[in-house]
Amino acid sequence: MLLSRALLKRHSVLPGFDLALGFTLLYLSFIVLVPLSAAFLKTFTMTWPAFWDAVTAPRVVASYRLTFGASFAAALVNAVFGLVVCWVLVRYDFPARRLVDALVDLPFALPTAVAGIALTALYSGNGWIGQWLPLKVSFTPIGVWVALTFIGLPFVVRTLQPVLEDLQKEIEEAAAILGATRWQTFRRVILPILTPALLTGFALAFARALGEYGSVIFIAGNLPMVSEITPLLIITKLEQFDVPGATAIAVVMLVAAFVLLLAINALQAWTRARQGR
Amino acid sequence: MSEAAAVATAPRRVGEATAEPAWVRRVLIAIALGFLALFLFVPLVAVFVEALKKGLDVYLAAIGEPDAVSAIRLTLVAAAISVPLNLAFGIAAAWAIAKFDFRGKNLLLTFIDLPFSVSPVIAGLIFVLVFGLQGWFGEWLRDHDLKIIFALPGIVIATIFITFPFIARELIPLMQAQGIEQEEAARVLGAGGWQIFRRVTLPNVKWALLYGVILCNARAMGEFGAVSVVSGHIRGQTNTMPLHIEILYNEYQFAAAFAVASLLAGLALVTLALKYVVERRVAAAARGTAGALR
Repeated sequence: MLLSRALLKRHSVLPGFDLALGFTLLYLSFIVLVPLSAAFLKTFTMTWPAFWDAVTAPRVVASYRLTFGASFAAALVNAVFGLVVCWVLVRYDFPARRLVDALVDLPFALPTAVAGIALTALYSGNGWIGQWLPLKVSFTPIGVWVALTFIGLPFVVRTLQPVLEDLQKEIEEAAAILGATRWQTFRRVILPILTPALLTGFALAFARALGEYGSVIFIAGNLPMVSEITPLLIITKLEQFDVPGATAIAVVMLVAAFVLLLAINALQAWTRARQGR
Repeated sequence: MSEAAAVATAPRRVGEATAEPAWVRRVLIAIALGFLALFLFVPLVAVFVEALKKGLDVYLAAIGEPDAVSAIRLTLVAAAISVPLNLAFGIAAAWAIAKFDFRGKNLLLTFIDLPFSVSPVIAGLIFVLVFGLQGWFGEWLRDHDLKIIFALPGIVIATIFITFPFIARELIPLMQAQGIEQEEAARVLGAGGWQIFRRVTLPNVKWALLYGVILCNARAMGEFGAVSVVSGHIRGQTNTMPLHIEILYNEYQFAAAFAVASLLAGLALVTLALKYVVERRVAAAARGTAGALR
């Protein structure tokens, strides 16, 4: 009764609000909020110089550079190719289109460790794909990029798809009647409508890539200063019983993730506004 | 005759103006399929090919080996505990959020999404901070001879964290879209809360619920990073399937690693197939409702 009186904006005849919300809040607190706060509280027990040293050590900074750089590159490639894939899936008809459409979600469903060993085998020097490539992919930073591209692939396609499907054909017809070439129509009419969703998909893929661990560690080679991602460094510190050091780096990554989450929320609001909903 | 021909070609002209030339279409399809092949299809096929490379005997031996069996059992147990808990949470959260209008709803939705943006490694770390030896409850747990980190409870709780939003996220948008009129009508006709849920709400969301459960289960069984931090990697005891794959791979037992991996890849394919079925059912149901309203 307490929850409903305090929170409900409108009286409802439906039962179960107190029970449902009470359980939701309790479960959320125990599983997510309290444990997450542990990371922040732990760093408060560190002195400021100790925290600063832990998060700016050269090896840690090198791992940020790789993690953020490779994530950005992967999200960028996914934005470009995701747009092409989405366009082809929505606008064109070709054999096995439905099958391809269903398989786009594979990175959501395939365990990261499975993806990791498969990509490593394919892109290594004697692998199916690696043997045709002029440069080494597995066990280099390029390998990190390959794994992160795989992981982020569905995000751009799936955020763009509903927007592209809802796009009214009439505005394209209007552009064509007014004398625009097909490329002009795409550049000046379609792309601006897709931009918010495209940026949202980019940000989602980027955010996912920042924290990714399982698919990367097999293919990365994990050389300190060269191909060592930040999540792996957190595990390394934990295995050396440097819990404060691991937590300090984790807090930096958490703050980055939360900033991205806010940006994504803003982008999604923009997408809805652009769609006129 | 020529007039008829002009009429017949007119619609095609409009179509041409709002479509790309055939060669552009072909190039775009080739680019899209090439990209997907390199990053999706070939890796998927590779899992099964590598798994069966050394023959069916090696494949079956790798899966039947005691450490693999114990890893499979542990994975099943962890999923069997964490999925029902997240199911209960998902239903409760969806009921509160979709059927009622209350203050702080958007904040609650953001909190439910939080585990999506937390790195699996950090998800494992926070439970080490709470339950580990140096953590909040570390000494108390040791004094009472309870083990959470490096044991089954730690694996379960990390799995719950990672798969926390999945079922709620499937249910909330669908239940919001369906509104509350049917439930209100049932209430007015004298149905109780449980009856309303079982007879009115559940039939409307059963397919989405099923997909949510399957996806949650696939992610629970496949979770690697978070479980890796809290498991301790004790062979035959705290190794889940993904961790067992890692050990085999690092010991250069590639065929065995891919054999275990192929089981999880099969699970992923089943998940995708079910998603496809569910989406068709939901679309058909939406068309049916729209038709009935008309």
